[in-house]
Amino acid sequence: MARNPSRPLSPHLTVWRWGPGMLVSILHRVTGGALSVAGLALLVWWLVAIAGGPASYAGLSKAAAHPAGLIVLIGISWAFFQHLLSGMRHLLLDTGAGYELGINKTSAIATIVGSVALTIALWVNILGVGR
Amino acid sequence: MTDSESATRDLGSAHHGGEHWVHERLLSAASLLLGIWLLASLLLLPSLDQRTLGEWLRGASGAVPMALFIIVSFKHAVDGLKVVVDDYVHDDGNRFLLIGLINFLAVGGASLALFALAKIALGAAA
Repeated sequence: MARNPSRPLSPHLTVWRWGPGMLVSILHRVTGGALSVAGLALLVWWLVAIAGGPASYAGLSKAAAHPAGLIVLIGISWAFFQHLLSGMRHLLLDTGAGYELGINKTSAIATIVGSVALTIALWVNILGVGR
Repeated sequence: MTDSESATRDLGSAHHGGEHWVHERLLSAASLLLGIWLLASLLLLPSLDQRTLGEWLRGASGAVPMALFIIVSFKHAVDGLKVVVDDYVHDDGNRFLLIGLINFLAVGGASLALFALAKIALGAAA
């Protein structure tokens, strides 16, 4: 079907005023995309490395301990928490609940606050900061 | 189910308008539960070295949810990426190629992950 080039197409990031609801909607897509590509690539690499034995796993461990590897892992863990929390919010919205302006805005902000807090808690736990 | 969802049932040329939507939600709920399972399992393991991970995935309580996690995650990723591509790639030919490529890579990645898992679960103890 031929489309009319004068009609607007998504993404409409430039024509809408940014707000928490819109930001979380975009973050859900961005984190979902990142988890699909980087997260699943890491899952495959991780399982193949475990199957390959201690020597093959050492390569992954070394990459994970490198500062750049650590930044990627922290990023993936934040994407996981953000997508998990905004996904739970989407499932609630799908039941028809939570569309009131106040609740909608508060729940959107809560997913961001929650994902950052969980990421910090996870890495404080892993790296043993302050222990 | 909401009225708007029930109103779409039996609509469309294939006569199951609302089914795909419901399947996506069920798959999302499965991804949610399995994602929490994976995180909780990793946090509860005494260490994350190759030996400990191998032992964990050798037992049915580790290997079976991991197999489900692999299948559900890749399917959920394909569903999600398709929505993004449908929304942002406006050329019909490019969209078709990109969604085809995503499906190829996802099936390949999931197969490789399942093969590695089978090797761990069914292989001789190291």
